[in-house]
Amino acid sequence: MPTAAPPSEIAVRLRGIGKRFPGVIANDDINIDVRRGTIHAIVGENGAGKSTLMKILYGVQPPDSGTIEINGEQVTLHSPADAIKAGVGMVFQHFMLADNLTVLENVVLGAEKLHGIGAKARAEVVRISDAYGLGIDPDRLVEELGVGARQRVEILKVLYRGARIVILDEPTAVLVPQEVDELFGNLRELKAEGLSVIFISHKLDEVLSVADEITVIRRGTTVRTVEDPKGVTARQLAELMVGSELPSPSTEASTVTDQVLLRVRDLSLPSDDGRPLLQSISFEIHRGEVLGIAGVEGNGQAELVESIMGMRPAATGLVELDGADLSGRSTRDRRMSGVGYIPEDRHRHGLLLDAPLWENRILGHQFRPPSVSHGLIDKRGARNDTLRIIDEYDVRTPGPDVLARALSGGNQQKLIVGREMSGEPTLLIAAHPTRGVDVGAQAAIWRHIKDARRNGLAVLLISADLDELIGLSDRIEVILRGRFVGTFDPGDVTPERLGSAMTGAGEGE
Amino acid sequence: MTKARLTALGLGIASAVLALLAAFLITSLVLLAAGDPVGDVWGQLLSWPETRNWTNIVNNATVLYLSGLAVAVGFRMNLFNIGVDGQYRVAAFTAAVVAGEAWLPGYLNTALAIVCAMAVGAIWAGIAGVLRATRGVSEVISTIMLNFIATGLVAYLLRQVAVREEGSNQIGTKQIPEGSRIGGIPFGDYTIYGFILIAAVAGFAFWFVLNRTRFGFDLRATGRSTTAAVASGISVKKMTIAAMMISGAVAGLVGLPILFGDAYTYGSTFQSGLGFAGIAIALLGRNNPIGIAFGALLFAYLDEQSNPLQILVGVSPDIVAITQGVIVLTVVISYELVRRYGVRLEQREVARALATSRTDEPEEVKS
Repeated sequence: MPTAAPPSEIAVRLRGIGKRFPGVIANDDINIDVRRGTIHAIVGENGAGKSTLMKILYGVQPPDSGTIEINGEQVTLHSPADAIKAGVGMVFQHFMLADNLTVLENVVLGAEKLHGIGAKARAEVVRISDAYGLGIDPDRLVEELGVGARQRVEILKVLYRGARIVILDEPTAVLVPQEVDELFGNLRELKAEGLSVIFISHKLDEVLSVADEITVIRRGTTVRTVEDPKGVTARQLAELMVGSELPSPSTEASTVTDQVLLRVRDLSLPSDDGRPLLQSISFEIHRGEVLGIAGVEGNGQAELVESIMGMRPAATGLVELDGADLSGRSTRDRRMSGVGYIPEDRHRHGLLLDAPLWENRILGHQFRPPSVSHGLIDKRGARNDTLRIIDEYDVRTPGPDVLARALSGGNQQKLIVGREMSGEPTLLIAAHPTRGVDVGAQAAIWRHIKDARRNGLAVLLISADLDELIGLSDRIEVILRGRFVGTFDPGDVTPERLGSAMTGAGEGE
Repeated sequence: MTKARLTALGLGIASAVLALLAAFLITSLVLLAAGDPVGDVWGQLLSWPETRNWTNIVNNATVLYLSGLAVAVGFRMNLFNIGVDGQYRVAAFTAAVVAGEAWLPGYLNTALAIVCAMAVGAIWAGIAGVLRATRGVSEVISTIMLNFIATGLVAYLLRQVAVREEGSNQIGTKQIPEGSRIGGIPFGDYTIYGFILIAAVAGFAFWFVLNRTRFGFDLRATGRSTTAAVASGISVKKMTIAAMMISGAVAGLVGLPILFGDAYTYGSTFQSGLGFAGIAIALLGRNNPIGIAFGALLFAYLDEQSNPLQILVGVSPDIVAITQGVIVLTVVISYELVRRYGVRLEQREVARALATSRTDEPEEVKS
């Protein structure tokens, strides 16, 4: 790394940052220099340790090792208050705004000491808004604002508190393409005024278009810092992110049969406010086929999965499994007819955190051996089968009697995958099956899915990881605002093209 | 028994002991503040009861045990059935009327009355269950309201069917015929409610259904995480109604030991307030049938031992009500503390197991 920059130009310098949680090393020897007046992107897979690192820099958690320097001075951050004092501000992915207050009230809330709550505060809000082109009216109620505007209010909040270093955690996850462009415009204004922006993302196209420097994190450690983003491609970045273990689709022989297993016709789901969450979605999956669904989070993926699983009573349309009509049937009926389900949110939908692993083995499989027979729980059968999963899926645990809560996220995920692959499902609905697991376990989960596919398993795969989608799928559908907007052949599609289709840039092609 | 389960059991007992000690300490502080003789009060409360007192304690505990079980069924599914009080009074009244009419001979009459009591308790609680499942009405609110309605309803119906007891102003249902009463179990010169056997069966059934059946698994799973239960294919609405009805059915048994073993009639003086004690006892017993038995015995013991306080020490027996109330608070706090400690303990153990398997890893790769 040619550190030609004089120290005075460095806004944030992280050296040797390490952080361990029980059973997991979240960060290990992280080194990053963020120059003043630049946008520095930090990219990595889910679970690579980005969020932990930012929590350390924002004072939410102390590092176990390493040093933080801000503007050349070594600091110890015990709380976000310390971080704000040092000029570090953070905009979280989930906004923390009170809907029933005005913009001004939201901004001064908790910072009343700075400029009071009256005319001075208003003048300051207007000044900041004008200086950085945020275009914010201090008197509007937050509930009247759109997502993009709310995000600008969050940024304004941070600037109002005197931040010169602004961290944005996955800021584009909730935005539509035009809003993303606006946000990038705002970030460039901040940069022009000499502020430093740390931009966390796993969307490589966006990173390449806005960042001045890019640091790649993999398995909790910095892999490389790219000082000239123009010199790299998204594919190269992706390889850095996953450690060049990108599966190559071409080597895999197709196992798709001509037998339709899942048929979905005109699946629609209205929402409370009238805007449909899903709009007449139709598709088929054959035996031995993996259908990948690509899309920006929040475009209907979760609703699609839950509708097929029968968890959304409001859903209309036909769902047919192996010729049998499942529409209107209960979730249990659907599971009994051979559907395995790896939910997106393992804590909410996949596990009983305060129950032992063997009871979690039973969850969702209460109606069949080895865990249940004749309506009675077979504890020995469940324990033995849990031991099998622990062994086959390399779940790191002392035994089947520990509580699910005690396992790390990756090991919880491996348990769920193992459970849902049990009982020979004919259809597997997998939402982000490798989210938060380490690279080795990821490869193992992919191998299990491929093996089962060879034996005729049909898979509906939802993933935010485009390389996973391209590597595993036989066909990719892109979902945008609750409808399918394009079909791609993973054999000749690039993450770039998928990415533009996902954001609607490819619409009308 | 594995080491993990031993640890869990040890932690469970430790947390209960901790809670009781804290409650005793706070009670002592209250006594001190009021200027009452702390030593004398504890001397009386902790003195060894005589046979007569033991009989009362066991009898009272039988009733409280059923009440605790009824509440615990709801707790296992995160439902707060505050309405056990109303449910057992409606049910006991029904049983008294049915048994008093004696449509069937002997113990058949008893059995019919018990079944009717459970059914009425289930229906009464089921109202709250249906409201919760279909309209999202909090069962806390609806069961409290149903308690008031139960009080009024029973008082009203009592007037309709009542007969005046000879030589008294009290009214009650017809006396249960001798052949349908449940005889006592001899205990020294006294007798213990024969209903205690039915309570024991109820306790065993509680354990078996919750821990060994799919229905019980579904119920516990729903209590732990509604969202995960839905994803696993459990119909939460059905489970809500079922759990409330079972809770109500058990609540229907609460008044019966007194009815069939002692009072033989349901009158205006029938014991009330048993349902609320059940909440505290279920908490203290950690919704576990054995734990609830200990909780019920403790509460019955405190009640019985406090009776002579006024005469012997000059302190109002109500001090025990304070102790019982404080126990509920300390129990909740201490269980949460111990639970967190247990989770941390386990996470450390998992981390240790992981650390050892990490060092194994290179060899696995080689082989």
